[in-house]
Amino acid sequence: MSILLLAEVTESGLAVDATARAVTAARQLDEVTLLCAGGSIVDAAAQAAKIDGVSKVIIAEDAALAHRMAEPTTALILSLAEGYTHIVAPATSDAKNILPRVAALLDVMVISDVIQIDSADTFQRPIYAGNAIQTVKSTDAVKVLTIRTSVFEPADMNNAAAIETVDVPALPNMSTWIEDKVEASKGPELSSAKVVVSAGRAIGSTENFGIISALANKLDAAVGASRAAVDAGYAPNDWQVGQTGKVVAPNLYLACGISGAIQHLAGMKGSKVIVAINTDPDAPIFQVADYGLVGDLFDVVPQLTEQL
Amino acid sequence: MKILVPVKRVIDYNVKARVKSDGSGVDLANVKMSINPFDEIAVEEAIRLKEKGQASEIVVVSIGVKQAQDVLRTALAMGADRAILVIAADDVHQDIEPLAVAKILKKVIEDEAPGLVIAGKQAIDNDMNATGQMLSALLGWSQATFASTLDIDNDNDIARVTREIDGGLQTIDVKLPSIVTVDLRMNEPRFASLPNIMKAKRKPMEEKTAADLGVDVTPRLSIITTAEPPAREAGIIVNSVSELVEKLKNEAEVI
Ligand SMILES: Cc1cc2nc3c(=O)[nH]c(=O)nc-3n(C[C@H](O)[C@H](O)[C@H](O)COP(=O)(O)OP(=O)(O)OC[C@H]3O[C@@H](n4cnc5c(N)ncnc54)[C@H](O)[C@@H]3O)c2cc1C
Ligand SMILES: Nc1ncnc2c1ncn2[C@@H]1O[C@H](COP(=O)(O)O)[C@@H](O)[C@H]1O
Repeated sequence: MSILLLAEVTESGLAVDATARAVTAARQLDEVTLLCAGGSIVDAAAQAAKIDGVSKVIIAEDAALAHRMAEPTTALILSLAEGYTHIVAPATSDAKNILPRVAALLDVMVISDVIQIDSADTFQRPIYAGNAIQTVKSTDAVKVLTIRTSVFEPADMNNAAAIETVDVPALPNMSTWIEDKVEASKGPELSSAKVVVSAGRAIGSTENFGIISALANKLDAAVGASRAAVDAGYAPNDWQVGQTGKVVAPNLYLACGISGAIQHLAGMKGSKVIVAINTDPDAPIFQVADYGLVGDLFDVVPQLTEQL
Repeated sequence: MKILVPVKRVIDYNVKARVKSDGSGVDLANVKMSINPFDEIAVEEAIRLKEKGQASEIVVVSIGVKQAQDVLRTALAMGADRAILVIAADDVHQDIEPLAVAKILKKVIEDEAPGLVIAGKQAIDNDMNATGQMLSALLGWSQATFASTLDIDNDNDIARVTREIDGGLQTIDVKLPSIVTVDLRMNEPRFASLPNIMKAKRKPMEEKTAADLGVDVTPRLSIITTAEPPAREAGIIVNSVSELVEKLKNEAEVI
């Protein structure tokens, strides 16, 4: 077995948490070769080499890889794919953009959002917004997987893996990157935070998110939102938790004014402790909450912030 | 420019999926089925481009069982011009994998030669999020996934797309022909009016089979079991903020 794992790299360098969690999953199979692809990747590669379970880091540096566009990144991975039995990545928006493309060109299926590796060819993944868990056995020669990071702990960082630079082949140029609008969040990152405070449609405005942020600050938490809150423009799209947003599994998830639609639950049901604050005692969110408080979030949230 | 929109027939998003007790899958017999919500958004976007004069014809394609006719009729009633149904299964429980769907769509596209394909980002049944990317790869076309806005520049054969990414939003230009997959915030799909539903019954719907197109739909992933996720134990209702704080500190020990 030999595993090629695409490290998650952003404009600001290696996304250590997502990468180290995917390594934890992949190293159950074997040691991992980590591919760092980007426009300027040396620092990210140095960081990546520290992740336990990584036997080698490959640097692929090229201006065409700078924004990890799907077509050139796929071509790069295919140029390196020979000999690997598994091609793996954390299930980020970047990897979900790229790996199905890689799989199709290898004439194999992609296995998205793996939550458990049973063996070299058998994997578990959620379907129907997490209402069912499917165990699938791949008959393909190469397994292409994305890993749902929230269910794996990050690997430790005590390693010093070898770093190797590869020649980048000529890359296709079918798309042009124009800009990224990425707001640096003040608090911890949503997908790895220990505590998440989320608000739904009931929050009513962007300004009102202030009381949610104040509570989040107190708890060193990340802020999340339901789709309804994002659609209404109260919160940016990358705060959305759910089937089509981020999947989180913090120690503590506080849902404030969120009804608990299955699509929202799909993104937070794996949290250790769930608290729901809602004016409607029949809101479905109470069925998954460990602690429910029936009340107006505009009273409860500021009181909670004060009492903590 | 012709636009092709693949639409999948899936369990209605309001219905909770029930796992069959023998572990063989999710029960879809007598369950309300609908057009995949993302695909409805894709159809709406195509219609808007046609209304703006940027598209000439909209062809919707569904792959699966015969019953997928109903989602194609929905798309025709919204305003698509023509439908193609590719029959690839006779049991509603047999899902056609994204790789096979992409291969079938590739064949259809070779016949139809659209300038743009607008697909959903994800089917809400298998949650794969793969078909658009796979199709784009097989065709050697550009791709723009998770799109929340789409602007076509017909003169220069370019589409400008805003994409919803983990950290926020990304804008890219893709060369046409291209595959765009849509996210939820692209638009709000219209309801089909009664006259349009009637009219849709007379719009053309062509039927083919996967075998006609020479595509093998044998799954690459064999399903070993389908299980219920672990249930959460019922919690309690607390009566005050101070009680909540006390429980979180001393019982749950999370703060
Ligand atoms: C294909 C698809 C994908 C989807 N993906 C996602 C996803 O990823 N994430 C997601 O979240 N949703 C998703 N949805 C949407 C989902 O179905 C729900 O519509 C959405 O989660 C509802 O958001 P909400 O709970 O904030 O709003 P609502 O359902 O409107 O609930 C608001 C709640 O606030 C309560 N409330 C009102 N006032 C107060 C107050 N003052 N104090 C306290 N409580 C109050 C109400 O009792 C109610 O329960 C998706 C839907 C589809 C079709
Ligand atoms: N059987 C199908 N018939 C038509 N379109 C499909 C089918 N399966 C997938 N698609 C398209 O591909 C998108 C992504 O699906 P998936 O990759 O399965 O998550 C859907 O939103 C549809 O636009």
